[in-house]
Amino acid sequence: MSENTLLRLEDLKLHFQTTKGVVQAVDGVNFSLGYNEAVVVLGESGCGKSSLAKAILRLLPRNVASYSGKVFLNGTDIMAYDDEEFRRNVRWVMMSLVPQAAMNSLNPVLKVGDQVAEPLMTHHGIKKEEALQTARTMFQHVGVPEAFLDRYAFELSGGMRQRVAIAMALVTSPALVVLDEPTSALDVLTQANIFNVLKRLKHELETSFILITHDIATSSELADRVAVMYAGQIVEVGDAKSFFTAPLHPYSKKLMASVPRLRGDQEPEFITGSPPSLLNLPTGCRFRDRCPAAFGRCSEEPPVTVIDQRLVKCWLFN
Amino acid sequence: MASSENNILLKVEDLKMHFPIYKGLIRRQVGAVHAVDGISFDVMRGETLGLVGESGCGKSTTGRAILQLYKPTAGKIVFDGTNLVSLKSEDMRLMRRKMQMIFQDPYASLNPRMTVGEIVGEPLLVHNIASGREVDEQVAHLLEIVKLNPSFSTRYPHEFSGGQRQRIGIARSLALHPSFIVCDEPISALDVSIQAQVVNLLEELQEQFNLTYLFIAHDLSMVRHISNRIAVMYLGVIVELADRDTLYEKPLHPYSQALLSAVPIPDPFAESKHKRTILQGDVPSPVNPPSGCRFRTRCPIAESVCAESRPEFRELNPGHFVACHFADRFL
Ligand SMILES: Nc1ncnc2c1ncn2[C@@H]1O[C@H](COP(=O)(O)OP(=O)(O)OP(=O)(O)O)[C@@H](O)[C@H]1O
Ligand SMILES: Nc1ncnc2c1ncn2[C@@H]1O[C@H](COP(=O)(O)OP(=O)(O)O)[C@@H](O)[C@H]1O
Ligand code: SF4
Ligand code: SF4
Ligand SMILES: [Mg+2]
Ligand SMILES: [Mg+2]
Repeated sequence: MSENTLLRLEDLKLHFQTTKGVVQAVDGVNFSLGYNEAVVVLGESGCGKSSLAKAILRLLPRNVASYSGKVFLNGTDIMAYDDEEFRRNVRWVMMSLVPQAAMNSLNPVLKVGDQVAEPLMTHHGIKKEEALQTARTMFQHVGVPEAFLDRYAFELSGGMRQRVAIAMALVTSPALVVLDEPTSALDVLTQANIFNVLKRLKHELETSFILITHDIATSSELADRVAVMYAGQIVEVGDAKSFFTAPLHPYSKKLMASVPRLRGDQEPEFITGSPPSLLNLPTGCRFRDRCPAAFGRCSEEPPVTVIDQRLVKCWLFN
Repeated sequence: MASSENNILLKVEDLKMHFPIYKGLIRRQVGAVHAVDGISFDVMRGETLGLVGESGCGKSTTGRAILQLYKPTAGKIVFDGTNLVSLKSEDMRLMRRKMQMIFQDPYASLNPRMTVGEIVGEPLLVHNIASGREVDEQVAHLLEIVKLNPSFSTRYPHEFSGGQRQRIGIARSLALHPSFIVCDEPISALDVSIQAQVVNLLEELQEQFNLTYLFIAHDLSMVRHISNRIAVMYLGVIVELADRDTLYEKPLHPYSQALLSAVPIPDPFAESKHKRTILQGDVPSPVNPPSGCRFRTRCPIAESVCAESRPEFRELNPGHFVACHFADRFL
C-alpha cells in the first residue's frame, strides 16, 4: 500500500434486509484516500452514497443483511476490530461524520457549545471546562461567533447550524471527516461560505474529507479527486482536474451535462429514466438501460480499466 | 402605452406583509417580522419572472401574498385588471382557479393518505368542475400531460420518487386550467438530473397552455434557464429587476453582484477562474431591519448616506430597475 494512503476500501459491501428483499446499497466499493486529501463522491439520490458513509463509519441500522469487505485506516484493517475497539480507536477519534441534514438534527434542548464539546467528554474523557475551551476554538475555525456557544439550535440560521455540525465532527481532531450532503439544503451564499470554511480547515488542520453530494458545481470547489457512484458501485475515480475537464464514464458525462450553466447557451440535459432498483439489479453494466453508448458487450459486467491513473468501469475503455 | 399595459397579467404595487410578534399572557404585540416590506413589479403574460435571494428574504411570503394565502398588510395585487386585495371571498375563490402554486418540498406537500388520483382530482371536486367518471378521465389526462402513467392514480405518494411527486403536484396545479402559477422552489429538493427534467416539463407546459410563471429559487444557474426576467430580493425588498441577460451580464446592485459571484461553476478548470467575492455575515433580522438601505451592513461600497435614506427603486436603463444610491457607477 502506498505510503500516503489514509483510507482504503476494498470490496466494501453493505446490504439491507427489507420486506421486499435485499437492498444492495453498497455493493463492492473500492477506492482510496490520501492524507490531507478531499475526495468527492457524486451520484444521483438513491445510488447508495449515504449508505457508503454509514459503511465506512460502521454506523449500521438494525436491518443489515450483510456487511463485508476491508477498510484500511493507516494500513490497519479496521473491519477486523470488534465494535468496542472500533468505538475506542476509530469513530470520533480517527474519523467522524457530518450526517445528511445534520443541521436539522442538533439537540433542541442543549446549548450548541455543550453539544460540540460532548464528543470530547464522552470519547476522550476530557473535563467539561477544557472540552468547552476546545469547542470555543472549533467555533473560531468554522466561523461561528463565540457568543453562540450559549445559544440553542433554533436561534441559529441554517448556515450557522451547519457550521456547528461541522465543528462537532472536528472537535476531536480526526484525520478524516465524512460529510454527507453538507450544503444541499442551503442557498448559494451560505453554500459558498461553508465551502470556504472547509477549504480553510483542510489547509489549517490538514484534515482529509470525503464529501458526498449530488451538487457537482459546488463540490468542484474542494475536490482533489472525484469518485462517481452508480447503483451501489463506483464507476469512475480520478483526479478532479481531469474529471471536471473531461469525464470518462458515460454516466459521469451525463451528470456533468445536467448541471445548469451561469454563462453560455448550453441548455442543461437530463438523464432519462432513473437508477435501477437496488432490490433487483440488472446483470451486466448497471447503467446499460440509460446509456447512449451501450452495445452488445454491455450485457456482461464491465471490468475496471486504468487510464493515466484514472479508473473507469465501462466496456468502452477496455 | 395601452398595449404594454395590456400585456401585464399581474401588477404588484407596494406590497407589504408584516407578521405580528406577540408576547406575554395577554398576547401584546411587541413587534413585527417585516417579511415583505414594500415591493412593486409587473409580470407579463406568458413570461417567467424569476425571484431569487437568500433564505428568509421573503420570496415565499411574496408568492403566498400574491395568491392571497396571506392577507397583505398593505399594497395592491392587480391580477388581470382586478385588485385581489379588495375582493370578497366568493369572488376570490373563483379567481383562485386561475392562480395556482407548486411547492418546494415534494415530500411534504402531498397528502400521504390520499391516492394520486384523489390528490390531482381534488381541485375539480372542490370547485365543482367535474364529478364521477369525468374526474377520473380528467385525472388520467392530467397525468398524461405531466408524463406520468395514468395507472398511477390508484397509488400513494410514498411510492414515488421526488421527481415523480413533483409532477403529481404539477398535474394538480393544472387541474383548473390556471393562467398563472407561482412555482416556489419546485426543484430545490431534487437531484440535478431530475431538476433539468422538471424544468423542461414546466417549459413545455408553459408553451402548451400559455402559462405565466413566478419562479422562486435560490439557484441562480437553473433560474437563468427558465426565466425571461429576474428580480433579486434582499431582506423583504426587491433590490434589482432586469431581463435575464442584462442581470447576469451587467448586474448593477452590489448584492446581485455578490450573489452571482458566489455561484460555483462545475468545471472550474475548463472555464476561466472567476473572482469570487463572498459576502460575510448573515442577513440581518427582518424584525429590526437596518435603516436606510437594507443591504448596508454587508455592502462592500456602503457610505454614510446609505444608513440615512432608503434608496429608491429606479429605472436606470429601460426595463432595468435597481435600488442603490451608487448603482450609476456600474453603468
Ligand atoms: N407565518 C409567519 N409568521 C411569522 N414570520 C414569518 C411567517 N412566514 C415567514 N416568516 C418570516 O418572514 C421572513 C421571510 O420568510 P420567507 O419564507 O418568505 O422566506 P424565503 O425567501 O421564502 O426563504 P427560503 O429560501 O428559506 O424559502 C423570514 O424571516 C421568516 O421567518
Ligand atoms: N436502513 C435501510 N434499510 C433499507 N433500505 C435502505 C436503508 N438505508 C438506505 N436504504 C436504501 O438504500 C438505497 C441507497 O440509499 P442511500 O444510501 O440513502 O442513497 P443516497 O445517499 O445515494 O441517496 C436506497 O434505495 C434506500 O432506500
Ligand atoms: S459498459 Fe456499456 S452500458 Fe455501461 S456505461 Fe459503458 S458503454 Fe454504457
Ligand atoms: S445604497 Fe449603499 S449600502 Fe445599499 S447597496 Fe447601494 S451602496 Fe450599498
Ligand atoms: Mg443520501
Ligand atoms: Mg421559501
